[in-house]
Amino acid sequence: MLAVTALLKTFLSPEGERVEIVRVAQFALAAGEQRALRGESGSGKTTFLHLIAGILAADSGRVILNGVEMTALAEAQRDRLRADQLGYIFQTFNLLQGYTVLENVLLGMSFGPRGADRAHAKAVLDRVGLSHRLNHFPRQLSTGQQQRVAVARALANRPKLVLADEPTGNLDRKHAHAALALIREVCREQGAALLLVSHDEEVLAQFEQREDFAAINRPAKEVTP
Amino acid sequence: MTLPLIVYRSLRQHALSTIITAGSIALACGLLMCVWMVKTQSQSAFTQTTTGFDAVLGARGSKLQLVLNAIFHLEASPGNLAYSDYEAIRRHPMVKAALPIAVGDNLRGYRLVGTVPELFTAVEYAPGKKFMILPGGRGFSADAKEAVAGSFAAARLGLKVGDKFRPFHGLAFDPKSEHSDDFVVSGVLAPTNTPVDRVVWIPLRGLQMMSGHDAKAATDVSAVLVQLRAPAAGFMLDTLYNKQGNRLTFAYPVGAIIAELFGKIAWFDQVLTLVAYLVALVAAGSVLASIYNSMSARQRDLAILRALGARRRTIFGAVVAEAMGIGALGAAVGFAVYLGLFMGVAGVIRAQTGVVLDVWAGHAVLWMCPLGMIMLCSLGGVVPALKAYRTPVAETLAPAS
Repeated sequence: MLAVTALLKTFLSPEGERVEIVRVAQFALAAGEQRALRGESGSGKTTFLHLIAGILAADSGRVILNGVEMTALAEAQRDRLRADQLGYIFQTFNLLQGYTVLENVLLGMSFGPRGADRAHAKAVLDRVGLSHRLNHFPRQLSTGQQQRVAVARALANRPKLVLADEPTGNLDRKHAHAALALIREVCREQGAALLLVSHDEEVLAQFEQREDFAAINRPAKEVTP
Repeated sequence: MTLPLIVYRSLRQHALSTIITAGSIALACGLLMCVWMVKTQSQSAFTQTTTGFDAVLGARGSKLQLVLNAIFHLEASPGNLAYSDYEAIRRHPMVKAALPIAVGDNLRGYRLVGTVPELFTAVEYAPGKKFMILPGGRGFSADAKEAVAGSFAAARLGLKVGDKFRPFHGLAFDPKSEHSDDFVVSGVLAPTNTPVDRVVWIPLRGLQMMSGHDAKAATDVSAVLVQLRAPAAGFMLDTLYNKQGNRLTFAYPVGAIIAELFGKIAWFDQVLTLVAYLVALVAAGSVLASIYNSMSARQRDLAILRALGARRRTIFGAVVAEAMGIGALGAAVGFAVYLGLFMGVAGVIRAQTGVVLDVWAGHAVLWMCPLGMIMLCSLGGVVPALKAYRTPVAETLAPAS
């Protein structure tokens, strides 16, 4: 379902030197699989997810998502593929503050080929227990409820792959546990694969399949002037 | 629904700046439409207002002054002409009708004009339209101290049939210069939407013989309103009075003389139009500034939309559409501003001249101006839209781990 080969991403440092952030030789994820990557802050795991999602363009290498080579696509095509095949859950939820709960989910759907389906959006929100908060704005919700909106938005478009970047980083233990269970459950129900990155051992412990991001990401230490 | 929703929510989120910017556009749009409409309508109304007469004969002087005084009841009379001059033009074979008028008195600021009863029976003030006296009244008798009030003057002065009044000497109202003659209102004219509405009409002899007037000039008239049998007669009489004679002035054609006045004050229109254009440009600039300034605050939202799969062109289009939305909102409110301004200006023009401007009249500027304003605002939205287009998604969505 997801295959990453020889992926390289560098950034230009303020000193004008090119620094490698991501260098992943091989990485694969099967359809419906749920896997967690352990990594410390600044280890490049968000960049790795951004590369998979096509938010960032790689310097070289290949990302093949559901048979389509993401890295060979133009930016607009990557945007379309992301809207169609991917769901993204951010650590800070990244909800649109000026939009209602329902609108946040509908917008997430509207860029995909199926378009905004109000009935389905409501059903997904009902699934995450927010059917009574459809017309609330994010600021009117608790942190846990905001996280559930983010989950609903990521899954509303029936994605093949869900990327979760420290999805419980802003929640307390109790809510983190519930949120993670919900993400995994809904992904399983929809047959979506889940790739989660976190530095939280308690979160990681819940995954049968987990590995160190440092084991797959081996950027060169030296910089290229 | 995506684009309208993004635009609507963005306008709501920045409601204050939306309202202020749309307000400045409304002002610019309303001002532009008002300047244009007042200019075109007043020009057309003044040049077409002849109250049914082709020419005016008066004392030697400015044709414009003569027309303004005799037709529009503005300005002072350039002087009198002898009754024999009136008789001469009345008998001219090329003249269909000639009606004398005499001015020099007022009723609390509204002009008293002496004339003959035929004005209300024989003259069409516009094609197919004769003066009508409202039910309960009648025209004045030539030898009686009676008056027929124009509709506007009657309303403002509170005159009705049977009311008595004493005129005041001069064209400007001075309470100390009251005449001792009592006049009775015999009728009130139906509205004509011409300067006639602002006049209180009395018999010619009533004005000539008014107490305190110079007895030697008792038969003089201020001007003669002339209807011609054919346009060629106008040029013939023009030669007769203006080129061969040197005592009198024959103002013909009335419309062309007023058009000359508008030609002389065209620079004023141009200045007003230039100011209105500048206001429009400033308004479009304010759209650019207000959206551009809020871009930093919006970048996160834009980056989230991009992360959700929105293409760059969608983001670009959303910002331009927002600018267009502000322009459309401003243009819509601009109509209210236009109506308010136009009604105010039309009211002043009507009160001062009796000429009526039609607030509901259509003109291309009424759709071209709002459309142009919306396009200008859309252009103003391009710069912030480009900034939005270039929003770096990954950096904006930090923190990174």
